[in-house]
Amino acid sequence: MLIKIKTNILNSEITDRAVFESRREFIKAATVLSAGVMLPRPGHAETGKYHDVPVGPYSAKLPVTDREDVASYTNYYEFSTNKQDSTVLARALKTRPWSVEVAGEVEKPGVYNLEDILKNNPVQERIYRFRCVEAWSMVVPWIGFPLGDMLKRFKPTSKAKFVEFTTLHNPEIMIGQRSGVLDWPYVEGLRMDEAMHPLTMMATGMYGDELPNQNGAPLRLIVPWKYGFKSIKAVVKIRFMETMPETAWHKSAPGEYGFYANVNPEVAHPRWSQSRERVLGSSIFTPKRDTEKFNGYGGEVASLYSGMDLKKYF
Amino acid sequence: MLVGKKGWAAIKIMVFLLSLTPFALLVNDAINDRLGANPIEALHFGFGDWALRFLCIGLALTPIKTITGQSWPVRFRRMMGLFAFFYASLHLLVFIVLDLSLSWEAFKDEVPKSPYILMGLLTFLLLIPLAVTSTKKMQKRLGRNWLNLHRLVYVAGITALVHYFWLVKKDYTEPLIYAAVIGVLLGIRIVVYCRRKVDFLSFDLFYVKRR
Repeated sequence: MLIKIKTNILNSEITDRAVFESRREFIKAATVLSAGVMLPRPGHAETGKYHDVPVGPYSAKLPVTDREDVASYTNYYEFSTNKQDSTVLARALKTRPWSVEVAGEVEKPGVYNLEDILKNNPVQERIYRFRCVEAWSMVVPWIGFPLGDMLKRFKPTSKAKFVEFTTLHNPEIMIGQRSGVLDWPYVEGLRMDEAMHPLTMMATGMYGDELPNQNGAPLRLIVPWKYGFKSIKAVVKIRFMETMPETAWHKSAPGEYGFYANVNPEVAHPRWSQSRERVLGSSIFTPKRDTEKFNGYGGEVASLYSGMDLKKYF
Repeated sequence: MLVGKKGWAAIKIMVFLLSLTPFALLVNDAINDRLGANPIEALHFGFGDWALRFLCIGLALTPIKTITGQSWPVRFRRMMGLFAFFYASLHLLVFIVLDLSLSWEAFKDEVPKSPYILMGLLTFLLLIPLAVTSTKKMQKRLGRNWLNLHRLVYVAGITALVHYFWLVKKDYTEPLIYAAVIGVLLGIRIVVYCRRKVDFLSFDLFYVKRR
């Protein structure tokens, strides 16, 4: 299915529940109608684990990218630097049982079982734009919960100024970790106010079903106003820190990838422009889309960076 | 190897068709929507890869002749060079027509910000005079200068490599493989050149009769 996105539709408009439901009815009806004439393509799974979760706030009214495209084009260097190979290789990962270690400046450190985390954090669906630093983008219906809700339960102390996230390190299965392409394990981080922002979420699923392994199962970060590499996959550790954590891409090329990594068409990558983005799933004759500052979420997050020189803190 | 005139013509047609297959396969995949989530990138990279591969093949023919003493590889030098140019043209065409959607504004914004694109354009510019002067007629007309002009292909091989190294985000495996291949092929030429130079000097200084 080719989805053409021609105009810059206002993001982050909250989808009305009724509108969303009627959209579902429409999709159902359309599916039934077209079932006879076309082969079914994997899309928004109506039978998936999360097919009936409520729609959360900030979900954008945007045509979503085909699920196949999202699931077959992933940067997951833990498995491979090839976007297609990582899809296949990630199948080897066992995502249950899974636990997350909570450490650092926090009152309730410990090792938390994923099932317990999920029990305390009911999931919802949010359609977000996703913009990669490589100048391509997609629109994904994520299933997850606000990161802030989860972090608050661990009771961070007043010293907690940053949150550091770490991906699983297991070179036996994550065979990309056997090469030195990045300094493993993958580490990402957020400033505390970014982490607590209601847009920031931890995702456990997409398209009404569980996350495919290549998309970061069983638990990944989603920060929609930042470049995709901030949205770390397969999180096993969360550490609250007083100082800014050193993050994987920043460590590998500090001149090219900053800690903030906010989507910004005005600040080019040293080797390529960030003014435009290729929207995945659009026809080959569709022009690129103009990239929006903060990926279109400026209304919600620009105030977090007021007074900061975004050229310096890229 | 005893192959008649007709035999060589038949072999050349086969090599020609074989060289066209990557093009046919990529276009077929594009038409049938089998290029994955980012078809423009797949086409763009596909053509670029083949341009570099044909450049490597073209650069390999003379060294093969030097090493084996067989002259037949040189018969394919022009065709391989022109296929390198063909795939490089498609690579550029996909960039201009599909990636930039023929937008001058996009070109003005994106190209100067990308040293690797500039290096790619330079490589293509270097290949143009070589393609234009590839005919037998031009070869005759230019005489000795033709050989000097066509040495530009060594420069193009190096700028193509730089183009590749500069665009890679982090994993240099593939450009390193091409660098090794081109390095060996240019290295052989340097060795041959130095040997000749030594022979020539010894001839001059010591009046040693050359074989």
